[in-house]
Amino acid sequence: MTYIAKPRLKHPTLETNKVGYTRRDYEGKISTLCAGCGHDSISAAIIQACWELDIEPHRVAKLSGIGCSSKTPDYFLGASHGFNTVHGRMPSVLTGANLANRELLYLGVSGDGDSASIGLGQFAHAMRRGVRMAYIVENNGVYGLTKGQFSATADQGSKSKKGVVNSDSPIDLVGIALQMGATYVGRGFSGNKAQLVPLIKGAITHGGAAFIDVISPCVAFNNHPGSTKSYDYVREHNESVSRIDFITPRDEIVSEYAPGEVVDVRQHDGTLLRLRSLHADYDPTNRHAAMSYMHEHAARGEVLTGLLYVDPLATDLHTAYNTSAKPLNSLDVPELCPGAAALEKINASLR
Amino acid sequence: MKRIEAVNDFVIKFANVNGSGSASANELFAKAILRMGVPVSPRNIFPSNIQGLPTWYEVRVTEKGWLGRRGGIDMMVAMNPQTWEADVAELEPGGYLFYDSTRPLPPAKFRDDINVIGMPLTEICNAVYTDARQRQLFKNIVYVGALSVLMEIEPEVIEKLFGEQYKGKEKLLSSNVQALHLGRDFAKEHLQWPIGLRVKRADNVGNKIFVDGNSAAALGCVYGGATVAAWYPITPSSSCAEAFQKYCMKMRVDPNTGQNKFAIVQAEDEIASIGMVVGAGWNGARAFTATSGPGISLMTEFIGLAYFAEIPVTIIDVQRGGPSTGMPTRTQQADILACAYASHGDTKHVLLLPEDPAECFEHAAAALDLADRLQTPVFLMTDLDIGMNQRLCAPFKWEDGKDYDRGKVMTAEELEAGKDFGRYKDVDGDGIPWRTLPGTHPTKGSYFTRGTTRDPYARYSERGPDYMYNVERLLRKFATAATMVPQPVIQLGRQQSKLGVIYYGSTSPAMKEALEVLDAQGVHIDAMRLRAFPFPESVARFIADHDKVFVVEQNRDAQMRSLLVNELEADPKKLLKVLHFDGTPITARFITRAIMDRLPSRMKSGGKVEEKMA
Ligand SMILES: Cc1ncc(C[n+]2csc(CCOP(=O)(O)OP(=O)(O)O)c2C)c(N)n1
Ligand code: SF4
Repeated sequence: MTYIAKPRLKHPTLETNKVGYTRRDYEGKISTLCAGCGHDSISAAIIQACWELDIEPHRVAKLSGIGCSSKTPDYFLGASHGFNTVHGRMPSVLTGANLANRELLYLGVSGDGDSASIGLGQFAHAMRRGVRMAYIVENNGVYGLTKGQFSATADQGSKSKKGVVNSDSPIDLVGIALQMGATYVGRGFSGNKAQLVPLIKGAITHGGAAFIDVISPCVAFNNHPGSTKSYDYVREHNESVSRIDFITPRDEIVSEYAPGEVVDVRQHDGTLLRLRSLHADYDPTNRHAAMSYMHEHAARGEVLTGLLYVDPLATDLHTAYNTSAKPLNSLDVPELCPGAAALEKINASLR
Repeated sequence: MKRIEAVNDFVIKFANVNGSGSASANELFAKAILRMGVPVSPRNIFPSNIQGLPTWYEVRVTEKGWLGRRGGIDMMVAMNPQTWEADVAELEPGGYLFYDSTRPLPPAKFRDDINVIGMPLTEICNAVYTDARQRQLFKNIVYVGALSVLMEIEPEVIEKLFGEQYKGKEKLLSSNVQALHLGRDFAKEHLQWPIGLRVKRADNVGNKIFVDGNSAAALGCVYGGATVAAWYPITPSSSCAEAFQKYCMKMRVDPNTGQNKFAIVQAEDEIASIGMVVGAGWNGARAFTATSGPGISLMTEFIGLAYFAEIPVTIIDVQRGGPSTGMPTRTQQADILACAYASHGDTKHVLLLPEDPAECFEHAAAALDLADRLQTPVFLMTDLDIGMNQRLCAPFKWEDGKDYDRGKVMTAEELEAGKDFGRYKDVDGDGIPWRTLPGTHPTKGSYFTRGTTRDPYARYSERGPDYMYNVERLLRKFATAATMVPQPVIQLGRQQSKLGVIYYGSTSPAMKEALEVLDAQGVHIDAMRLRAFPFPESVARFIADHDKVFVVEQNRDAQMRSLLVNELEADPKKLLKVLHFDGTPITARFITRAIMDRLPSRMKSGGKVEEKMA
């Protein structure tokens, strides 16, 4: 049996957030992933982000596909409903769930096998539909759960643990997300929590389809020389477009930096994404510029991280569908059923 | 020469070219007869193609109200040169051939034993209309006008139908009426009328409605409270999702806010459509998808997940000819086993088997209730014949004051009051566990849904006993389902009989007619119409009570019979196959002959069933 509950004991001095929860309240079961797996660091970042955002855990629905990465929703937000669906198809299930109840926050967790191979279609279509969610891919370039086969994000020429060289060109999910119309696109690294936490916070509060590709080394099968998804490789080749701070309306907003270095992006809900630009010419609100900038870096073997693109005023599928403000799953007979008299009229029109 | 003479009892077939605009004229013809109080039963026969290929519309005019196909053609309106030979050959001796005589045809093109009626349709239209499309479209109305004279269909009835169709579009109305009279005037002046086939006003339609099963099922989903629909286009199911959209736009837009009380997604494929339905069902909305065989194949992994994770899902399967692309625009009942056991591992699913549009409506709403109550996939098994053909049927019924059965959903209050929540615990002994919806309570009742096995508290577990508990409980749940699904309908023969027949779905009208024909020949058979799987108790009893039971179905491999044998351990020797699977709807003639052929000669003259009957 691999299920291990975490002890519920809490230290009385643990700090609580504005909604009265301690960080422990955002934890889940004890992880069964390999010690050192990048995925566990991402879970920790999600916990941190939700705690800092004062989200009530039960207002989050966390959905995933199949893979080591997709197991992680069991390891955070224990008071939330979770759904470990089928391989590669989390996006459709999340879309349906989101349509049923627009009031929850939707967190989609997936792997690179899950999203770039079997689920590439669903991933792309969820982005183009503008389903409101934070879609996080824990990208290790291999299939972890099935023990080390190349995934579709493995770089051409990179080596597997067994020494096999990958001959296929890689799929860059960030590029696809940008092209498909995602309105918040970022890339993080599981080894850089300081960058990852605000990226996740921005994604959760974003009003449309938010996508984050997180490089997350697999210590069991893809953390060796020759891999471009190892801790060492990413640390050496990482280049960040900006340093991101996430500021809620109630936080004091102090301008520490001279204008020109700082881009403040205000989202629908009043939150502020403060981007301290590391590259003077980088404009995070220009989709096309972001794409070409990313491709240039990829061609040089560099991993570009940070918030690559955001349309802060994006809307979602519900806006496009003009769906009722009251969640569809809460509508009942009087709101849904046209009744016997209307049916009589329909009968009459069919004679 | 012989001339078929029949009043209110004949079959007329229109042979057209796809895309020529004949469909609405042909439907108008059928409706006009209906409005004269004479039942009709039309069938679209169309190829898997958009334009240019042959298409037929067969109308059975039937004073007695038989809605199955009869077989044989009494009059052919041959408007398609491509299919001329076959169309002419199909006529019964003494039948009527109506054709466009603008270009004369050599005598070899006709038959000696039929009555030929030529009318220069193209010439007439070319003389009156200048626009090419108008010339084409109005040709159809002109032949309807001519037929109305030949068969004595009241022109006022047709004009009234035009009035309803073109309400507020005066120009279209008057031009159609003009075309109608163009045809009538020509026929009166140049043709011999009336012919042997005639329509006489009657009162045999009553308050019945005339509608196709796909629209009916869609309306059932509206009434049943479906709010999320996800689908991917596939014949013959597409018009179901499209009708749902149409009805929702009419009846589900909040008049105060202008907001939609529904969401319809045309997904990227069937996998995504069922995935969305699973997500919506998990999150407490009533959701459905409509598809056909190939779509079911793609959905099976998700269907297994929904079965095992226990999520309400409604799937409308409008069956067509398989396997693979098979005969995509023809009808079959060939997805029975694929749906009953969809997915890997040990799975069994609830199937509902409506016989006509009225039941499509009723069962669609029932499917949504059952899916919620049972927390499992429920299939509404229709087919092209019911789905895409308009049929006369009982009017739709709905009782106000009826609540939706949302099943066992534990509320925040119940959790707060300390009710023990174990997602997969069989608290009530019916195999159906309680569930909570995401977001219900800050600290209680959350759980993790997954396709892997778990203990009764939804905790991941690979222990054998936990697995066994789950899968055996699912069987208990299936037994509960057998008591909740629509029960079979039994029709006893006029005299006590040791012969039985089991049938289901769109076979129904042909079967009813066949039973009457057999009865008239002294062959008395008890009949059971299945309306659902799992089989209620009465099905096993019916089989036990008869020496031989014919199982009539529209597929090659006797799929329902296999299901009966497998699930009820019925003696296969007792269940005699009657199979029709050429893609056309089964006829009473076919059933009668198949049964008569299998009866020992003594029985045919009123004797008892013999043991050695095949
Ligand atoms: C339909 C289907 N095919 C194959 C599998 C086997 N499978 C399970 S996880 C997985 C790959 C997971 O890789 P990834 O998404 O990269 O996640 P990781 O384990 O690396 O985090 C595969 C192929 C499956 N579960 N379902
Ligand atoms: S196999 Fe790789 S991806 Fe899976 S848990 Fe271990 S380190 Fe993580």
